[in-house]
Amino acid sequence: MLGKGVVGGGGGTKAPKPSFVSYVRPEEIHTNEKEVTEKEVTLHLLPGEQLLCEASTVLKYVQEDSCQHGVYGRLVCTDFKIAFLGDDESALDNDETQFKNKVIGENDITLHCVDQIYGVFDEKKKTLFGQLKKYPEKLIIHCKDLRVFQFCLRYTKEEEVKRIVSGIIHHTQAPKLLKRLFLFSYATAAQNNTVTDPKNHTVMFDTLKDWCWELERTKGNMKYKAVSVNEGYKVCESSVKLKDAVFAHCYVLSVTRWLASKRSSINRRQKEKPHLYLEGDLRQFGLPAYFVVPTPLPEENVQRFQGHGIPIWCWSCHNGSALLKMSALPKEQDDGILQIQKSFLDGIYKTIHRPPYEIVKTEDLSSNFLSLQEIQTAYSKFKQLFLIDNSTEFWDTDIKWFSLLESSSWLDIIRRCLKKAIEITECMEAQNMNVLLLEENASDLCCLISSLVQLMMDPHCRTRIGFQSLIQKEWVMGGHCFLDRCNHLRQNDKEEVPVFLLFLDCVWQLVHQHPPAFEFTETYLTVLSDSLYIPIFSTFFFNSPHQKDTNMGREGQDTQSKPLNLLTVWDWSVQFEPKAQTLLKNPLYVEKPKLDKGQRKGMRFKHQRQLSLPLTQSKSSPKRGFFREETDHLIKNLLGKRISKLINSSDELQDNFREFYDSWHSKSTDYHGLLLPHIEGPEIKVWAQRYLRWIPEAQILGGGQVATLSKLLEMMEEVQSLQEKIDERHHSQQAPQAEAPCLLRNSARLSSLFPFALLQRHSSKPVLPTSGWKALGDEDDLAKREDEFVDLGDV
Amino acid sequence: MRNLRFALKQEGHSRRDMFEILTRYAFPLAHSLPLFAFLNEEKFNVDGWTVYNPVEEYRRQGLPNHHWRITFINKCYELCDTYPALLVVPYRASDDDLRRVATFRSRNRIPVLSWIHPENKTVIVRCSQPLVGMSGKRNKDDEKYLDVIRETNKQISKLTIYDARPSVNAVANKATGGGYESDDAYHNAELFFLDIHNIHVMRESLKKVKDIVYPNVEESHWLSSLESTHWLEHIKLVLTGAIQVADKVSSGKSSVLVHCSDGWDRTAQLTSLAMLMLDSFYRSIEGFEILVQKEWISFGHKFASRIGHGDKNHTDADRSPIFLQFIDCVWQMSKQFPTAFEFNEQFLIIILDHLYSCRFGTFLFNCESARERQKVTERTVSLWSLINSNKEKFKNPFYTKEINRVLYPVASMRHLELWVNYYIRWNPRIKQQQPNPVEQRYMELLALRDEYIKRLEELQLANSAKLSDPPTSPSSPSQMMPHVQTHF
Repeated sequence: MLGKGVVGGGGGTKAPKPSFVSYVRPEEIHTNEKEVTEKEVTLHLLPGEQLLCEASTVLKYVQEDSCQHGVYGRLVCTDFKIAFLGDDESALDNDETQFKNKVIGENDITLHCVDQIYGVFDEKKKTLFGQLKKYPEKLIIHCKDLRVFQFCLRYTKEEEVKRIVSGIIHHTQAPKLLKRLFLFSYATAAQNNTVTDPKNHTVMFDTLKDWCWELERTKGNMKYKAVSVNEGYKVCESSVKLKDAVFAHCYVLSVTRWLASKRSSINRRQKEKPHLYLEGDLRQFGLPAYFVVPTPLPEENVQRFQGHGIPIWCWSCHNGSALLKMSALPKEQDDGILQIQKSFLDGIYKTIHRPPYEIVKTEDLSSNFLSLQEIQTAYSKFKQLFLIDNSTEFWDTDIKWFSLLESSSWLDIIRRCLKKAIEITECMEAQNMNVLLLEENASDLCCLISSLVQLMMDPHCRTRIGFQSLIQKEWVMGGHCFLDRCNHLRQNDKEEVPVFLLFLDCVWQLVHQHPPAFEFTETYLTVLSDSLYIPIFSTFFFNSPHQKDTNMGREGQDTQSKPLNLLTVWDWSVQFEPKAQTLLKNPLYVEKPKLDKGQRKGMRFKHQRQLSLPLTQSKSSPKRGFFREETDHLIKNLLGKRISKLINSSDELQDNFREFYDSWHSKSTDYHGLLLPHIEGPEIKVWAQRYLRWIPEAQILGGGQVATLSKLLEMMEEVQSLQEKIDERHHSQQAPQAEAPCLLRNSARLSSLFPFALLQRHSSKPVLPTSGWKALGDEDDLAKREDEFVDLGDV
Repeated sequence: MRNLRFALKQEGHSRRDMFEILTRYAFPLAHSLPLFAFLNEEKFNVDGWTVYNPVEEYRRQGLPNHHWRITFINKCYELCDTYPALLVVPYRASDDDLRRVATFRSRNRIPVLSWIHPENKTVIVRCSQPLVGMSGKRNKDDEKYLDVIRETNKQISKLTIYDARPSVNAVANKATGGGYESDDAYHNAELFFLDIHNIHVMRESLKKVKDIVYPNVEESHWLSSLESTHWLEHIKLVLTGAIQVADKVSSGKSSVLVHCSDGWDRTAQLTSLAMLMLDSFYRSIEGFEILVQKEWISFGHKFASRIGHGDKNHTDADRSPIFLQFIDCVWQMSKQFPTAFEFNEQFLIIILDHLYSCRFGTFLFNCESARERQKVTERTVSLWSLINSNKEKFKNPFYTKEINRVLYPVASMRHLELWVNYYIRWNPRIKQQQPNPVEQRYMELLALRDEYIKRLEELQLANSAKLSDPPTSPSSPSQMMPHVQTHF
């Protein structure tokens, strides 16, 4: 748990100059709790957090009623965050402060959350980086959680401006070493305080037991086994040293580059190009310590190519078909080695593809699906639509909104991901096939697609614990390179691809379309996406479990020192009070009713029948008969020589997909069964809560989804209290009148931005579009026509 | 009659006589047959024709008062044949004044009151365009009349005029004798153009919407196709205009006069939407019926021409989905404020279905005088009879009555959506969950609550029966008693 001082606010002020309180012990914070009554807003420091620089009389722009005004305060930069300490924090409504994040305040930006920094020089906005010759009069910070901060520095002393601006630029943009992440200073300082939430049952998948449990749960243990061959990362070890060397090399390179950019303002991106490929080639597949493989697979095979080319189990379906993933073998030029690789893969393939009982379909996500580049480009266009500096910009883009949205292709990418997941679901569910996902490193789109398939097929993944376990299994243990993909170390902008965010957006589409199917809310997804940038949780700050364990001193060489105990993001009590946490729980979700025995029997019977009739299955698609050809195809794929584009003929695939999709949607939805999203044009929407939440113009005062939600919660509360009363009467006893905590109580006038709208509009003035009509084009002649063709002249 | 654009699939291989019968009954007017509404013998236990009584409605608004009077000058539709018989005009304007003003307003549609603010007494007044013409004619009576309207509220120095048209169109209208109020002639008025396009633009826009949703829904280029229809842009402009009207009146800054060309299309949209934003009464089921009956039906929105009931000439340039557009705007509002309206989406859809169906007399004919001639209220059934006799079906369970609350929707593309449940409802792939799960869950809870209340009451009865005996348990039941009802 965090020190209370952090939560209560105003702690850590005993020392006269808080700027030098570097390692405040949590106990000290406790004793200072009562001194909160100070007028000046004080800086709250987390354990281990250090103040780096500050500037006073900074003016923060606040947008209200489509005009801007300023609040004076102090702008500080620590090794954890940029914070603005303003004068008027009192104005906040009670209802709104209840959803306060305990770690990140309204005016706090963690260093990792900073996206772009702009300076305004003589009314001109310029991106700031490197060493500045001139200091701006205004600082605009675009955040990764889409907040936009504007600070006016006109009234600040020149020296302070220099210090704060260069400080902020340095600490947010200069490449960092992993060990210098705030994560470590925090963990060291808060060592004794970290207690994991006992109620948190998220399966972490860091033990063999967890994998066995998952195998058991999905009935996958018949054909798959959990292995500990990589315990202590023996398999990966061989390449670790190389990787570390590369890592250090990268750091040196990026620092040099960054220093160079201080001298000249040559476009950084251009300089980075040759470097990227070097790193990409050498990055290895980060296998976790424990994982699951097909039972017949010999364990020594795993070691052969450091885990590459090995089918790794993700999940098993009720009908026995499984979802597997595999990373590609290293690309080789030498014919001899190619031959060895080929026969190796051939062997592997024979162990998993054993018709008629085990049919495997390969799905190459590296070649005929999305590229990471596409995702990166799309998101960088998409996010710009929401990083809005002022009202004029909002209304100017409003006219072209739909075409701007479309040209970003973000929604289309979401659609393609959902569609791919449905296709795979169809193969597993309707055709009883195993599906093997292929990707270069099996750690980007593999994570995305396999998690989506599981969300659609496995209702357990739609509970909060199940969803968290899924992310642990597929993303954290699956070796998704969070560090690189979020660019936490600022070492390579090109590696920054919001794959995980794309996943959350896909999940949001499902949540939005089928609200009763999920135990968590969209607010949960939004705060989860924000948690990507809070470096006190280890969850999203490593590239692989191996990297984490190496750096936590859990390995052999570090046995002397006590291993650091890092927080996991799943301990939501670190960020939110219990009251606020109620907003993460979906009131519409009803737990699965227990099946009675008769039903269960019926299900199992059906299951067996499907298993015993594989021949009729394959009859339906004769093209799958050419197994030999498919083996070849797999090998070609894995060797990087992609000749043929598709395995199945695309027509057949489309037909199967359409039939499956349409028949599912024509039936009524079982929220505890298979769940498919709609993917037609109008059904894929913008995740308004995440993307519009900071934009005052988009605020519907007293409206939005939250209006119905609060009615629903009120009603639930009422029903609950009635039930208590009835129970009371039955037991003829006065139970203590515990009022159910309800955040939304008495709040008929919440805005659509709730719970994120800390920007306020006090008056109820409407927001009016400021820009007019776009040319109608070909309809011009119509527009000029009269409504009626009667000449009014003589009326 | 269903709107063929969206309604039923085409008959595939029908025989010729089948086709003939179909066309004859689908377009009865073209075959000198009566509309079905006149043959319909449905009976309902509620009479929808009594829903709207103009005198009662004006009385609800606090009229007549010192400044406004009810006039019967148009009793026989002599002053204006497309206006209702009963009008509310400034107290200080005599009937002769009205007659003179009528000569200067297109189709004699003089400025009359639509709505008055209960507190600040500013008003929404509607009319048609002034007959300025190329030569820039002026009319002292009209100028004086507008000033009288302004003066009904003493504090106000200017009357705000919203001309719904784009300014180019307003100027162009001069060529056909129309125009707008110029600054020179109307010193105490401020004129704003709201840039809403005419019926032809709207018709073409809706046609484009049809093209992208029927028979197949565009997939990959959905958003740009949607944008290219301009439908939501039009919605945005109509809403923006109405917000401006509502804001002016609500802030008490000024009374508002709204007109377009004839004052029966865009004007009706603006006044009725502004009234919906300002007056929570219109957000109830009956209130909304009254609003439609008043601002649309009685003030002569040309339903017969715009819809073309029973007429086979489907390319008629008079047709335009103006009323549909209004309902779409209402839907957008109800989407943004899900607890503010007593009615649900089904209510809006059924109104639209019967806008085309001719099963009821409600939307037949162009104006009140025509309806009176045809004895519509005697010979046909009102749509409101159907709805009001089965109100539960059209109720929004989340409705929270809030008096005096002004609703300002956000007229931004970020919030406007295509009304999928209406426009794409015939596409089996876009099947929306019915009923909506949030609503369903809420209804379950409501039922549960009622059950618990019942059970509590029973327990209470049983307990009070026990009370006559000396209580055996230490806890006293009387302590619990007062709690029971406090929550409701």
